[in-house]
Amino acid sequence: MFAQTIATPEIPWSLLRPLLFFAEGAVILVTLTALFPRLRTKSFPALYTAAMAVGALVTLVPIWRRVQDDGPQIILDGALAVDGFAIFVTAIISVAVFFTALLLDDYLRRENLDGPEWYVLVLLSASGGLMMAAAEDLIVTFLGLEILSIAVYVLAALHLRRSESQEAGFKYFILGALSSAFFLYGIAMIYGATGSTRLGEIEQALALVNERGLSPVEDSSLLLAGMALLLVGFGFKISAAPFHLWTPDVYEGAPTPIVGFMASAVKVAGFAGFARVFLGSFVPVGGDWRPVVGAMALLSIVIGSFLAIKQTNIKRMMAYSSISHAGFILIGLHAAGSTDQGVSALGSRSVLFYLFAYTVMVGGTFGVATLVGRQGDGAHSLDDYAGLSSRRPLLAGLLVVLMFAQAGIPFTSGFWAKFGVIEAAVRGENYVLAAAAMIAAVVGAYLYLKVTVSMFLTAPESDDEGVMVESGGAIAQVPAAMIVIVAAVGATVLWGVLPDLGGDFLRTAATSVLR
Amino acid sequence: MMISSLFAVEAAEAVSFPLLPSLIFIPLLTALIIGLLPAHRDDYSRITALAGSAITGAVSVYMLAKFVVDDGGFQFVSERSWIADLGISFSLGVDGISLFLVVMTGILFPLGLLATSAHHDAKAYHIWVMILMAGSMGVFMSLDLLMFFMFFEIVLVPMYFLIGGWGHGNRVYAALKFFLYTMAGSALMMVGILVVVFLTARNTGGALTFDIRDLAEAQALTTNQARAVLATFALAFAVKVPLFPLHTWLPDAHTEAPTIGSVILAGVMLKLGTYGFLRFGLYLFPEASHDFAPIFLTLGVIGIVYGAIVATVQKDLKRLIAYSSIAHLGFIIIGLFALNSQGIQGAVMQMVNHGISTGALFILVGWIYERRHTREIAALSGLQKAAPLFAGVFTLVMLSSVGLPGLNGFVGEFLILLGAFQGDARWFAVVATTGVILAALYLLWAYQRVFHGTPEGENATMRDLSFSEFFSILPLLALIVGMGVYPKPVLDRIEPAVDELIVHIEANVNGFTEPEPEAPEQHDKREQLIEALHEAEEKAEAKAAAKGEGE
Repeated sequence: MFAQTIATPEIPWSLLRPLLFFAEGAVILVTLTALFPRLRTKSFPALYTAAMAVGALVTLVPIWRRVQDDGPQIILDGALAVDGFAIFVTAIISVAVFFTALLLDDYLRRENLDGPEWYVLVLLSASGGLMMAAAEDLIVTFLGLEILSIAVYVLAALHLRRSESQEAGFKYFILGALSSAFFLYGIAMIYGATGSTRLGEIEQALALVNERGLSPVEDSSLLLAGMALLLVGFGFKISAAPFHLWTPDVYEGAPTPIVGFMASAVKVAGFAGFARVFLGSFVPVGGDWRPVVGAMALLSIVIGSFLAIKQTNIKRMMAYSSISHAGFILIGLHAAGSTDQGVSALGSRSVLFYLFAYTVMVGGTFGVATLVGRQGDGAHSLDDYAGLSSRRPLLAGLLVVLMFAQAGIPFTSGFWAKFGVIEAAVRGENYVLAAAAMIAAVVGAYLYLKVTVSMFLTAPESDDEGVMVESGGAIAQVPAAMIVIVAAVGATVLWGVLPDLGGDFLRTAATSVLR
Repeated sequence: MMISSLFAVEAAEAVSFPLLPSLIFIPLLTALIIGLLPAHRDDYSRITALAGSAITGAVSVYMLAKFVVDDGGFQFVSERSWIADLGISFSLGVDGISLFLVVMTGILFPLGLLATSAHHDAKAYHIWVMILMAGSMGVFMSLDLLMFFMFFEIVLVPMYFLIGGWGHGNRVYAALKFFLYTMAGSALMMVGILVVVFLTARNTGGALTFDIRDLAEAQALTTNQARAVLATFALAFAVKVPLFPLHTWLPDAHTEAPTIGSVILAGVMLKLGTYGFLRFGLYLFPEASHDFAPIFLTLGVIGIVYGAIVATVQKDLKRLIAYSSIAHLGFIIIGLFALNSQGIQGAVMQMVNHGISTGALFILVGWIYERRHTREIAALSGLQKAAPLFAGVFTLVMLSSVGLPGLNGFVGEFLILLGAFQGDARWFAVVATTGVILAALYLLWAYQRVFHGTPEGENATMRDLSFSEFFSILPLLALIVGMGVYPKPVLDRIEPAVDELIVHIEANVNGFTEPEPEAPEQHDKREQLIEALHEAEEKAEAKAAAKGEGE
């Protein structure tokens, strides 16, 4: 009928399977639960979501083999890259989805909330994260960012009976939409400056030099403004200072398992997109953006560490901790942007390891917070943790490992994560950055110590007869949540003792994002 | 693939039993076993911990017996690659400098456990103590810079919980202060470690290595780089020692800690700082250490005098001992930075002595507290009447701390002062000597107020040492007397390693030779004389023989 057909790119479905597990999985879940209402109330959606995450992880194995054999692939007419980096980030996000699904199951039952919407949105959001990690085109990055974010805006507000949750969702949405606008405007400017939205083509345009050895676009104000706006957009998603202001409020108000998802999957996706775009196309003008990233890193660590001192709400504390961790990862990203190959390889490797370690730690931590939050999801003050070691010794013992891991104490994965970024910074001779970060980290350690003081060294509240009071019902150690917490602690210790486990995968993934 | 490379022995000596790793893993295993015991049976966890620490101690003593006396290098070395592409390895070794610190750690833990008990939650208490033991062992045996740092940091965690969970009075404050203070000190050290590794690799063109033997051998940093890195290391060690302006965490931590915490803090953990100065200061950066020596000597002397004066006016027995530790550790610093054989030998010996005598003092004060529920000097009097054996034991330990000739403390202090006086640190030695007198003052005065006089109230009925208590402190008393009367076996093992270190310093510091002590010179003269005599005799014999042939 049509004389002219629109040229469509060939679609290599086998390489897209992880994305399909999440995107299609979400649609199928909606359909199934609409057709069979009985499925809504059981644990089916949680199991289904966990299965999707595991399925995505499993399909990564043949893709990884193929990438090893045939090298990285650019598919869908240059829209997505399938390389070690994308595979690694997909794996981390799958783990985050798995954790979130297990935590949500009991949470929803406890809070008398039901519905597969939660799981559908988590799956959709994760699919957006996968796109960001693989995007080879700024427009695709933006699509991924929006799919990721819009689902999370809704998730933050989905605890319908808690006004804090609504407030958190609204706040997150307003600021998130603003940052998306910045981001899109940034894309437009980059396009104006370089004539393309493809990362590879932008890089080529920037690497071009004229006969006098100068780049025609290097110092164009259009390019600089574009990069600045992209930094704003990413800075918001990864909650790096000075774009962190939403974090404490949203973390405090949003449903606890969802905060875990935001701190892990959303942050990972944000950093993956950040790394993909800036390392993929802006390395030739690294002199322009690296100092800004360094400053953001330092500011995040300092703000995250110092403002956390006064907090007494665990979720707010974790918000400031996530800001400070974002700062550390930015140090790695700063090093990864170096033109020295040794430095950039160490840098991107440290970023990936940090993201992995942090996702696991934060997943376990919010697992504990979900349980201790109890019915109503309100028991998040430090007092609610007082004497946890005598009431729930296992839970307290597990949380202590996660706390010390986030403080960067040796023999945990958190130590190696910190070691990695500092190593990259020192290799790149950014001694001041490394030293300042380490000093601020000591201040940051106070935050985690405060939690351990509360759990181990503070007597629990008790009534007149000396019986311990448990407001809002007892802390139930639900099996599904305990699996998450134990797995998180196990991985934290395992990679703390054997940090080079899977080191080859990590190294390949790290170098594949660098051009 | 990774796991196989981890467990593949890359270079190990022909030791069938992994002696040094077992010193770390036995306590860890014990902690694990205690974790699996039922929570309500306190006695089970205590017995398990005692057994585990005693086995570790026995292994360390066995290692002492197998130690080759004349070898100044590292022995029982066990190396496994950990992160191959970064040159990080799990390598342990012991030389004459660390040997006695390891053995002391192995002895102090079981005795400390025997002498004290947890007043609540024994299971967690013993788990933390065993983890602390594993970490302390690791610090003294690490031959890998990063591994040293990891052990150096990890020991904070169990100590933090011991102080916070089982301490006295203001325990949470003391635990937090202890943790953050020490962590702040070592924050920059990690940057320093990485700088040294990367610059060494770059300047020599070799592969990355964290092995201290390779780094010390390479000496690839320029003077300014070495100074900057040493400064970051020194900050970490100075907090740990503690050197004068950085000492404020110590009185709090020592006073609020439970007895076992105080014993290990004073006996083992303070040595991490002085040992660090020796192994990672003098050995890795001889030139920079030589340049910085006057600073450390000054701070050490200030510590001696300041610690002694402040100790004199303390009202709390534990606080008094805490400040006396600052003074004693000042002596060790003087010995280290005298930069000659006597001084460093004395310092190593004094590290062990201080561990034994201060550990014993803390155990004794802990017993006083158990009986009288106070450590305030003013509230105690005339204990000698009610508890004569207690007073006798206390006297011996106290005199060892004062440095009475014939007891172990004297040997160390004398060597340190001798070394310092013969070296460039003459005037520091002169000032430091006043510390010996002040030590006698504050300890004897405290003893007089606590044990002499007429007992009043509960003091009159204080229980004397029980048999089991006496038995648990007896090994320490034996060491105090034994090492005082016959220190030769100890010094014989320390000396070769110290001499190698001196040679290393001489080779790497321009225009530096060990300040020659006078006594050996006389010794040399005598030998020359004997040699001359021998030569003369030989000549005479030769002449006689020639004559005989001629005839």
